Amino acid sequence: MKAVEVKGLAKSYGDHEALRGVDFSIEVGEVFGLLGPNGAGKTTTVEILEGYRRRDGGTVEVLGIDPAHGNSAWRRRVGVVLQSSSFYPALSVGESLRIFGRYYERPRDADEVAEIVGLSDKRDARVRTLSGGQKRRLDLGLALIGDPELIFLDEPTTGFDPGARRNAWDTIRNLRSLGKTILLTTHYLDEAEQLADRVAVLRRGSIIREGTPAELTGGAVDTEIRFLRDGAKVVEHTREPTRRLNELTAEAIARGEELDELEVLRPTLEDVYLELTAE
Amino acid sequence: MKLFLHELRVQQLLFWRNREAAFFTFFLPIIFFLMFGSIYGGDYIKKEHVKGAPFLEAGMIGYGVASTAFAGLAITMVIRRETGVLKRIRSTPLPPATYIAAVLVSTFVTFLIEAALIIGIGSVLFDVAVPDRLLSLLAVLVIGSLAFAALGLALTGAVRSAEGSSAVVNFVYLPMAIVSGTFFSTRSYPQFLRAIADVLPLTYFTKMTRNVMIRNHHIWSELGSLGVVSLWGVIGVVVALRVFRWQPREA
Repeated sequence: MKAVEVKGLAKSYGDHEALRGVDFSIEVGEVFGLLGPNGAGKTTTVEILEGYRRRDGGTVEVLGIDPAHGNSAWRRRVGVVLQSSSFYPALSVGESLRIFGRYYERPRDADEVAEIVGLSDKRDARVRTLSGGQKRRLDLGLALIGDPELIFLDEPTTGFDPGARRNAWDTIRNLRSLGKTILLTTHYLDEAEQLADRVAVLRRGSIIREGTPAELTGGAVDTEIRFLRDGAKVVEHTREPTRRLNELTAEAIARGEELDELEVLRPTLEDVYLELTAE
Repeated sequence: MKLFLHELRVQQLLFWRNREAAFFTFFLPIIFFLMFGSIYGGDYIKKEHVKGAPFLEAGMIGYGVASTAFAGLAITMVIRRETGVLKRIRSTPLPPATYIAAVLVSTFVTFLIEAALIIGIGSVLFDVAVPDRLLSLLAVLVIGSLAFAALGLALTGAVRSAEGSSAVVNFVYLPMAIVSGTFFSTRSYPQFLRAIADVLPLTYFTKMTRNVMIRNHHIWSELGSLGVVSLWGVIGVVVALRVFRWQPREA
């Protein structure tokens, strides 16, 4: 069953074509990563799916409903983390969670959600006193308070320090294990690689590659082979690593030499990404 | 209905928590009443055939509707829009109409408390009789606060940033409050100011509030003023429906 289905999605701002025929779908229970540089159209895509922006063309179904006509019943099933944090600064963390929980039919317990997002010790702190990372966690908490089936996370860890990012990743993995469907946008490649079941790379309003992180790093990109020859570093790139490695080692054996510091490097998603999004 | 009452409580909590805004919109008219009341409360205003204190008391209720329903609401809603709070509200199942209704009723509750306080202070400190026509007064306050709230929401369309909201709103509402005769009788104003006052809704709101409070008029003998205030309210609604936005301005 599909949680999200997008076909031929198009959107222009004046003369600028922000999205030119985007297609993808997300299975129920899947973590889907939408990856791309700034300005690629990630937020435009997500905000159309969230019902904030109108599309110019194509069809979109989110939980079986066109988000342009999403009603309260639909919004109960969808949790949203926007790209920028927004709260009532005068409320405490606990009050914010409880107040927003009341908008839903079956909200989760506010203390439990504070626990999930790691804000248990900040429950009585006013929102205005929170750090940037803590605010981002409250964003996630407010998206989870209604116990949604589908969660949109628009760059959820931008600006986090490494420790906070690891914690956020654990939280997102935890949500996945609860069977939630997640659409995650990010420009961090390691984040997509760590969290997403499938990734789509968006560039200039089109999806240029889609698949599992392993598929994306699988064939198309060069494997790197490094070694020392006569004390100098040699770096080779090849699409046929097995054959090239065989040649190199055969030559070395024939010469009776050792290939010092031999390394074979599989491309990371980052390499794929940089190659794909290179102008 | 349950959601509405919940949201009404939330809006009241938010208003009183926000000390700066509460001071600016709620206490300023009361402080002005105390100040100007002690300056000319005992004087007789010949052109209005009334003592200073009752004249000022009704005037400060007029100033109060402008500061709570018009200025305070406009500033609050611009800040909520530009900081993304309204956008977040739209992502929840809370129906937008319920949210707006709660915001408006909360504004009215605040204004009503303020009017009651002003009347109480007038009675205790300045020896002004509590008005007899309380139902007519209540009706005037309801219609006035709705009209000014609509104008306040319309004004949010003219403000582009949260930082600029106080400046723009003060620029509109402070001169309006003075020209409309909330502090001084417009009868002693020069011709050009009176010409401006003659089209402003606050002039008519203040006039009918005075007539109901001081001269014991029924609301139905104030149909002219009521008509002008309502017309401005309708203009406010029409403009607000066109310009009100839930999302911050695109970067």
